Amino acid sequence: MSEKLEHFVSADPFNPLEVEELSAEQERFYMASQWRMMWWRLKRHKIAVAAGAVLAVMYLSIFITEFIAPYDLLNRHTDHIFAPPQQIHLFDQGKFVGPFVYGLDYKLNLETLRRDYTPNPTRVQKLRFFCSGDKYEFWNLFEADSHLICPAKDGTFFFLGTDRLGRDVWSRMIYGARISLTVGIVGIAISFLLGLTIGGAAGYFGGWVDNVAQRTIEILRSIPELPLWMGLSAAMPEDWSAITVFFGLTIILGLVDWPGLARAVRSKLLALREEDFCTAAALMGAPPKRIIARHLLPNFMSHLIASATLSIPSMILAETALSFLGLGLRPPVTSWGVLLVEAQNFQAVAVYPWLLFPAIPVIITVLAFNFFGDGLRDAADPYK
Amino acid sequence: MFNYFVRRILTMLLTLLVVSALVFVIIQLPEGDYLTSYIAELESQGEAVDPQKIAYLKEEFGLDKPIWLQYLSWIGGVVQGDFGRSIEFDLPVTDVIGEVFVFSLILNFSIIIFIYMVAFPIGVYSATHQYSWGDHGLTFIGFIGLATPNFLLALILMFLARKYFGTSIGGLVDPSFENKPWDFAKFMSLLEHLVVPVIVIGTSGTAGMIRRLRANLLDELHKQYVVTARAKGLPEGKLLIKYPLRMALNPFIADIGNLLPQVISGSVIVAVIMDLPTTGPVILDALRSQDMFLAGSFLLFVSLLTVVGMFVSDLLLAVLDPRIRLEGTRE
Repeated sequence: MSEKLEHFVSADPFNPLEVEELSAEQERFYMASQWRMMWWRLKRHKIAVAAGAVLAVMYLSIFITEFIAPYDLLNRHTDHIFAPPQQIHLFDQGKFVGPFVYGLDYKLNLETLRRDYTPNPTRVQKLRFFCSGDKYEFWNLFEADSHLICPAKDGTFFFLGTDRLGRDVWSRMIYGARISLTVGIVGIAISFLLGLTIGGAAGYFGGWVDNVAQRTIEILRSIPELPLWMGLSAAMPEDWSAITVFFGLTIILGLVDWPGLARAVRSKLLALREEDFCTAAALMGAPPKRIIARHLLPNFMSHLIASATLSIPSMILAETALSFLGLGLRPPVTSWGVLLVEAQNFQAVAVYPWLLFPAIPVIITVLAFNFFGDGLRDAADPYK
Repeated sequence: MFNYFVRRILTMLLTLLVVSALVFVIIQLPEGDYLTSYIAELESQGEAVDPQKIAYLKEEFGLDKPIWLQYLSWIGGVVQGDFGRSIEFDLPVTDVIGEVFVFSLILNFSIIIFIYMVAFPIGVYSATHQYSWGDHGLTFIGFIGLATPNFLLALILMFLARKYFGTSIGGLVDPSFENKPWDFAKFMSLLEHLVVPVIVIGTSGTAGMIRRLRANLLDELHKQYVVTARAKGLPEGKLLIKYPLRMALNPFIADIGNLLPQVISGSVIVAVIMDLPTTGPVILDALRSQDMFLAGSFLLFVSLLTVVGMFVSDLLLAVLDPRIRLEGTRE
């Protein structure tokens, strides 16, 4: 005799997804937006994150340039011409004094006709922090005189030496960052605008629009970059004001750069516009502008940003080179390239090697942009 | 194939025509022309301006005519092989360029050979030893090579060479050999002077080339045919050289399009600093003084090389990579 089993019914609520239920963590992962995933992926690329941090610090510093620089951009120390860098010390004869520099003794060497500066160990000049020094107009808004670091009263603090007019190289370098770092950004913005519009129109509409755009790109690309830069910059009139020259130069950089970007946009659009979601949007009555901007561009925006990041350094280098040749920016606008003009003569470099210091931020910035852009490019397609 | 050639050459000619007009306009963009800057220069030196000479120059070079007429007469000459006269040197353009052209050729061919010889083994090593210390180190050096402005490297190397080797580095031969006939000693001096410019100008190109070769080779190395070949026991060396490397060579070939114009116009900045008798400084001067026939012919010539270079590299690619079809047979 078999006993009839009682029909079992679980009292728990039924969960149809029981087998494939997602943990909270998985949920977070699957629901994450594209940009969030890109961020996660970028975070794994340690060097890129570090490079990004370096860039962030540099770009933030240009907002408070006047405060960071110990001296004013144009302040001349006529009794300290071509002074060598002053080393920062912490201990004086075994005693802790805090950061200080030794004062410089000056003597004209009559044999070599060079100015000889020697640090004098008896003149301990303690650095001051959050102090008042050279007056400046902050952002042309109000006058102020507070600085992050100043020399001791009646002392000097030439961290990277001075140039032929006795101007502090370190301060000038910090001021130069303002121009050098923005040139690339403004240039890439112009190039982006042109590249997106022209490449977008060419890729989406095809036909004669595409033909015209393609031929234009081809023609521009068959003129070699460097002579084109030189020709266009030589075309800037001598009597332009320094600021106009700055914008002229960024426009030139942008004008020379956009064809590459436009090509990338066009080829991507050509492939994407055949996709079903595009047809669907068009059937629902979306105008081309909306389809390009809302449906197509977001699809490869991340790639574009990555490639733009990679082309900023070439613009910074181009500015440096053009200014160095005297075709780019001119004083009083101060960029790293303008500062390097002082180092043009290698006889001068042999005697006053600190004139080459402004090249270091150029190298750091370009390296940082390259590493950061590399990381971005890897992260740009997080679904891979 | 024949149709393709004809179409391609016609487009090339058309492109060059537009480029020539564009170049002419760019050179004429600055206010004034060669004469106004010439007069200003004379006046600043306190010299008298000879109105007869000005009138002669105006007449000779057609500077008083409208710009489109100047362009037409210049381009008409170019088609017949006459590139006009350089106003500044008062010599035919071909003579001015010819003098520096040979040196440019020597210098830049050495650079190209340098780039290929350095980039090739390093790129292959980096790809086959991905993420090894060697790879990381070489990649890093490559990055630095990309990031350092050429002229800076030139300054540093000139400084070092002067200090430790005592080589005077300006120019392409030692000053004592100037105006002397070519013999072995002069040739050795030339070689000695070539080293620094070749390294300086070569580094940035090398870095880019290494990175591209590495990326391409890595793509190929992960493909299934490599796995198959390895599974059936092909020796590693033969496997690498026979298939993936051949595919990864494409960027080298595609680069010929960029290399050809570089033979002329590359290295301008370095040449200015190092005082090399190449085309760079000449073109810079011509642009500055608005010597438009010289600068125009120059830019036109470089553009011609670019277009021809692209064409040649397309043809070579098609020959070497059978997957590439020149005539797009898309329906």
